[in-house]
Amino acid sequence: MADRSASDQPAKGKVLVVDDDASLSEMLAIVLRQEGFDSRLVARGDLALPAFQDYKPDVVLLDLMLPGMDGIEVCKQIRKDSGVPIVMLTAKGDTVDVVVGLESGADDYVVKPFKPKELIARIRARVRRHGETLPEVLEIGDLTIDVAGHQVTREGKQIQLTPLEFDLLECLARKPHQVFSREVLLEQVWGYRHAADTRLVNVHVQRLRSKVEHDPENPEIVVTVRGVGYKAGPV
Amino acid sequence: MTLQPVLQAAARTPKKLLTTWRRSIQTRVVVYTVLLTAGAVSLVGLILLEQIGDELVQDRVAAAKAEASEELSAARSSIAETSGANGGTPLQRNDLGDPIIQRSLSRGYGVVMAGPVTSTSGRISDDGVEWTPGLDVGSVPRGLEDRFQSIRAEPAWTYTRISYDDGERSSTPGIVIGSQVELHDDTYNIYFLFPMDQEQETLGVITRGLLAAGAILILLIGVGSWIVTRHVVTPIRIARRTAERLAAGRLEERMVVHGEDDLTGLAISFNQMASGLQNQIRQLEHLSRVQRRFSSDVSHELRTPLTTVRMASDVLYEARDTFDAPTARAAELLQTELDRFETLLGDLLEISRFDAGAAVLDLYDTDLTALATAVVEAYEPLAAKRDIELKIVAPDHPCIAQVDHRRVERIVRNLVANATDHALVGQTVTIRVDSDEHAAALTVRDHGVGLAPGETALVFNRFWRADPARDRSSGGTGLGLSISLEDAHLHGGWLQAWGRPDQGAQFRLTLPRHAGAALRHSPLPLVPADARDTLEAS
Repeated sequence: MADRSASDQPAKGKVLVVDDDASLSEMLAIVLRQEGFDSRLVARGDLALPAFQDYKPDVVLLDLMLPGMDGIEVCKQIRKDSGVPIVMLTAKGDTVDVVVGLESGADDYVVKPFKPKELIARIRARVRRHGETLPEVLEIGDLTIDVAGHQVTREGKQIQLTPLEFDLLECLARKPHQVFSREVLLEQVWGYRHAADTRLVNVHVQRLRSKVEHDPENPEIVVTVRGVGYKAGPV
Repeated sequence: MTLQPVLQAAARTPKKLLTTWRRSIQTRVVVYTVLLTAGAVSLVGLILLEQIGDELVQDRVAAAKAEASEELSAARSSIAETSGANGGTPLQRNDLGDPIIQRSLSRGYGVVMAGPVTSTSGRISDDGVEWTPGLDVGSVPRGLEDRFQSIRAEPAWTYTRISYDDGERSSTPGIVIGSQVELHDDTYNIYFLFPMDQEQETLGVITRGLLAAGAILILLIGVGSWIVTRHVVTPIRIARRTAERLAAGRLEERMVVHGEDDLTGLAISFNQMASGLQNQIRQLEHLSRVQRRFSSDVSHELRTPLTTVRMASDVLYEARDTFDAPTARAAELLQTELDRFETLLGDLLEISRFDAGAAVLDLYDTDLTALATAVVEAYEPLAAKRDIELKIVAPDHPCIAQVDHRRVERIVRNLVANATDHALVGQTVTIRVDSDEHAAALTVRDHGVGLAPGETALVFNRFWRADPARDRSSGGTGLGLSISLEDAHLHGGWLQAWGRPDQGAQFRLTLPRHAGAALRHSPLPLVPADARDTLEAS
């Protein structure tokens, strides 16, 4: 879905590619250019942050094993003052690496070797959201969600969420009481068309809860429905 | 009712003792030692008592003989005196007997005098018998008496039991010495009865002494052997406990070494063994780490260039319309073979992760019916190409189990792909799901060529194929079922196959509903119902 809508209306965007493999970076640049994205390549982890501040990308593609600075560390540094979507490029499908990456702030990941279309779909899913502006206000629990302004407030106080966390909360809040399976959330929030790693959902739900719940151990806003998925809590 | 526990306890006690006997070397050694000592002490005691008793009796007999002969010679000399110094009243029978009886009273022995000896009289039962008052004349044995029924009989002695009829003294063992004395042509029989109560008392004291000494000896030796065996058994017990701890995985456990004796040798050897084991295990762990590291490195090193190749191929493939026909075909082949290569690499890396023990579970409650439905939906286009119908049979209730969604989905995908591959055109592949309190199960049934006997175990082998020439429409790598089996085992579950030639096959996945719980049975049968019917019919 994301793929089609994007090809009708090519969404231009800036992509920062941080990878130490020159061939891969170059190839990524070619593919991105074909899809209408602008890109800048960085080969070292310690150069990633200055390049990020200088280039101000819409999406960051980040390899985990980098010279200079570890990809996980780069991810944490960027997350310190930016919610920009980060997609990890990982050569290891191991749970530990993926979970560590996601917990350090990455929104999504693709495992090498990935299909270029898959990567483009991931990038589009992340960039797409920034273009939508529908003036709308949703309420869930004691939270108020300003969809157009990308803001979540509780009793007038703003809660800082990354775009992905915002999308996740918005998705659930649009249809309160409806149970979303992890697969459906992957499709609607991450843009996956086929079944993918449901750990993505689990990790991000935990992160979202840690920000919006009064007591993350007993969630009232994002409620787990055993064996099925998640739903927005009492309105 | 109240007796029952007591009886049970009573029934248990010998059992308990028997268990102690079987288990404890110490108990056995102590019991054997005590038994042997008791035997030896008894034997020695018996021999000693026998000898001492003999000696005492011999002495007594000699003393008695001497005393008797002294008495007799005294009597004879008084007879000779009176008859020699004539004028005196001839010595009467009473005069002969009375002094002897008087002396016997004061000296503590008994005398019986019978006679005169003729062919018809002279026995103790006859009249005219004199004896020490209180003495039971029956104490003289008849056998001895018989020897003195003629005159000039030689003195003789024998053992007897001296009894009394005065009711004060109890009978005692003794010796009786018989002799003859002549008085005025008459011969009288005199029997001296010497009691041996003194000797018996002495023997009793000695016996008691020996018994006490023996008992103390046995006790001391029992305690001694207990202490000695404890010295030997304690290190063995320590070694056993240490070995048990080692077996439980505490590889740093060692025995304490002190001294230079054999048991120290045991401790040293034991510790050497433990160190050897620990080194081996460390080495294996190291190898496993190296292997894991290697597969991770290979993974990384292979994947990055493959990604570049993949993307380049994709660019070429997308632009194939602009190439001439052979180049376009080359781009297509490159693309499809890269897909195969990628799948194979992925499977190989997955297998190497299992081999390295690096696979971990990511558990969430999952509904198997929903999972199977999703897999079936994904495979329907492929199945439709060969006119194969995929059918799901599931109960109304959700079949929820705590599993790793990704892995279980992979298993189901592999099973469905496998069944679709082996089903014949136009057939139906049935996927059944069910669960009970403890387990959730899923079976995939096809009616294809089936499996030959013995092949049900082989299907899970890596790169195994029933028929190498078989068409592979879903492009399996030959590792799918091996990975599925590893995935099932990682969950503590089962993956089993059933098959008959030309009757198709059924694969059954059984998973515990709660992670870590042990499986006992599956909610679904391994042998499909339709196959059972035909088996019973035939």
